[in-house]
Amino acid sequence: MASGKTGGLKRYHDLNGWLFIAPSVLLIGVFLVYPIFRSLYLSFFSGKGMMMKFAGFGNVVRLWNDPVFIQALTNTVTFFVVQVPIMILLALMLAAVLNNDKLKFIGFFRTAIFLPCVASLVAYSVLFKSMFSVDGVVNQALMAVGLIGAPIGWLTEPFWAKVLVILAITWRWTGYNMIFYLAALQNIDKSIYEAAKIDGVPAWARFFYITIPMLKPVILFTTIISTIGTIQLFDEVYNLTEGKGGPANSTITLSLYIYNLTFRFMPSFGYAATISYVIVIMVALFSFLQFYAARDRS
Amino acid sequence: MNASRILGTALQYAFLGLAAFLSIFPFFWMVISASNTSIDIIGGKTSFGDAFSTNVTNFFTQVDVPLVFWNSTKVAVLATVLTIVVSSLAGYGFEMFKSKARERVYSLVLLTLMIPFGALMIPLFMMMAKTGLINTHIAIMLPTIASAFIIFYFRQSTKAFPTELRDAAKVDGLKEWQIFFYIYMPVMRSTYAAAFVIVFMTNWNNYLWPLIVLQSNETKTITLVVSSLASAYYPDYGVVMIGTILATLPTLFVFFVMQRQFVQGMLGSVK
Repeated sequence: MASGKTGGLKRYHDLNGWLFIAPSVLLIGVFLVYPIFRSLYLSFFSGKGMMMKFAGFGNVVRLWNDPVFIQALTNTVTFFVVQVPIMILLALMLAAVLNNDKLKFIGFFRTAIFLPCVASLVAYSVLFKSMFSVDGVVNQALMAVGLIGAPIGWLTEPFWAKVLVILAITWRWTGYNMIFYLAALQNIDKSIYEAAKIDGVPAWARFFYITIPMLKPVILFTTIISTIGTIQLFDEVYNLTEGKGGPANSTITLSLYIYNLTFRFMPSFGYAATISYVIVIMVALFSFLQFYAARDRS
Repeated sequence: MNASRILGTALQYAFLGLAAFLSIFPFFWMVISASNTSIDIIGGKTSFGDAFSTNVTNFFTQVDVPLVFWNSTKVAVLATVLTIVVSSLAGYGFEMFKSKARERVYSLVLLTLMIPFGALMIPLFMMMAKTGLINTHIAIMLPTIASAFIIFYFRQSTKAFPTELRDAAKVDGLKEWQIFFYIYMPVMRSTYAAAFVIVFMTNWNNYLWPLIVLQSNETKTITLVVSSLASAYYPDYGVVMIGTILATLPTLFVFFVMQRQFVQGMLGSVK
C-alpha cells in the first residue's frame, strides 16, 4: 500500500513535469531541431528552385571555387577579428571609469553610453547611412577638425565601407558589453583598489593588473557571444548597402549571401544550406569554447 | 589634490564626455533630420529646418501608418506574451519537477542556443510555404516562441521561488497548474517584467525573418517599412527619419520606464 502510494506520487510528479515542459519542447523540436537537420539534408542537393537533385559533396566543392563565398567568409572573419577586440577594450575602459562613484553625473553617463542598445538594428543602420554620406555630417566634422583633407567615400570605397560597418557595430554594442563589466566590477571588493592605490600603483597598471584579470570570465563570455553575433551579421550590412553587401561585395557577409542566394534570385536552396552549415560550424566551435571555459570555472 | 590627479580626473571626464556624445549623437541626428529635407540631411545640416510637417505628411501618404503600427504591435505583443508564458512553464517545470530524463532534455534545449538563424531560414521558409503560411503574422511568431534563453532565465529565477508557498498551496488542495497561475506568476512578477522587456524589444526589432516571410504591404511591420523606404535608389531621408522615430519610440519608452528591469533582464537572460 505504502509503496503503491509513493509510486502514484512519483507518477504524478513525473506527469506534471512533462506537461509543464511539453509546449516548449514541442516548439523547439518543430522550429529548431527539425529545420537544423533539414538544412543538413538539403546541403547534399543542388539545383534551382524545387528542381533538386542529389549532389553528394558537390556543394562543398563548389564553395571553394566560389569567389563570392570566399569573399563573404573573409569579410565575416575580418569583421569579428577586428571589431570584437576593439569593442571589448573600449567597453572595459568605459566600465572601469564608470565604476568610479566619485565622478559626478555618473548616472547620466551610464544611461547615455547604454542608450545605443535600445536602437533597432534597422533604424540605426539607416541613420548611419545618412550620417556617412559623402557630403554628410561625419565627413564635414572630420574635415573641420583636420583629420581628413577630402571627404571619405564611406559607402563607395571597399575599404571604408568595411570600416563603416565596424564603426556601426561598435556604436551599437559597446554599451551592451559595458553593462556586463559594470555588473561584475561592482562585485569586486573596492579595498583591493584602495590597497593598490596606497602602494602607489598607477591607474593604468590597476586597470591591466587588477581589473582585467578579475574580469577574465566575463571578458571571455562577452567575447564569445559578440563573436557569435558578428558571425551572423546581417541587418546592418543589408541596410547600409541596399541589400547588396557592396561596393563590389566588400561588405557581403555569409548570412547576406545565403539570403541573396535564396530570396533575391531563383533560389539555390541546397547550396545556400551548405553555406549555412559553415556558419553552424563556426558558431559551434565558439560555443564549445564557451561551455569548456564555463566548466573550467566551476 | 596634486596636478596629476586633477589631470587624471579631467581625462576621465573627457573620455566619458566623448563617449556619451558619440552615443547620443545619432538619436539627436534623427530628431534634427526629421525637420530637414533629404538634400539637407545628406548635406550634413545639423540644425532644425522647417520640413517637419512636409516629411510627416509625405510619410503618412506613402505608408498606411495605423496599419503598419498595428501589425508591429500585434506581432510583438502576442509573440512576447506567448514566449514568456510557454518558457516560464518550461523553466518552472524543469526546476520543480526534476528527473534524470528531463535533465537530459534540458541539456538538449540548452544545446539549441547555438543554432544560428541563418541555418534555419531556408527550411523554415519551405515549411511555411508548404503550409500556406507565407505572408501571415502567425508565420512570424511561431518560430520565435520557443526560446532556450528565456527558458534558462526562468529556470534560474525559479530557484529563488520559495518552496514553502508551493507546499502551503498544496495543503490547501490547489492543483499544480493552479499553483503556477495563481501563486508563481504573481510572486515572480518582476522576473516576468524583465523578461517582457527583453523579449518585446527583440520581437519589435525583428528583421530578417519578417523580411523573408512578409511580402505584401498589408502585412509589413515598421522595421520592414523603414528598411524599404531607405533602400530606394534615391531615398527621401526626411521621410525615412519619421519612420525611424516611430520605430524607435516604443523601445525608447520601454527603456526609460523600465530601465531597471531592462538591465536585469539583459544580464539575467544570458548569464
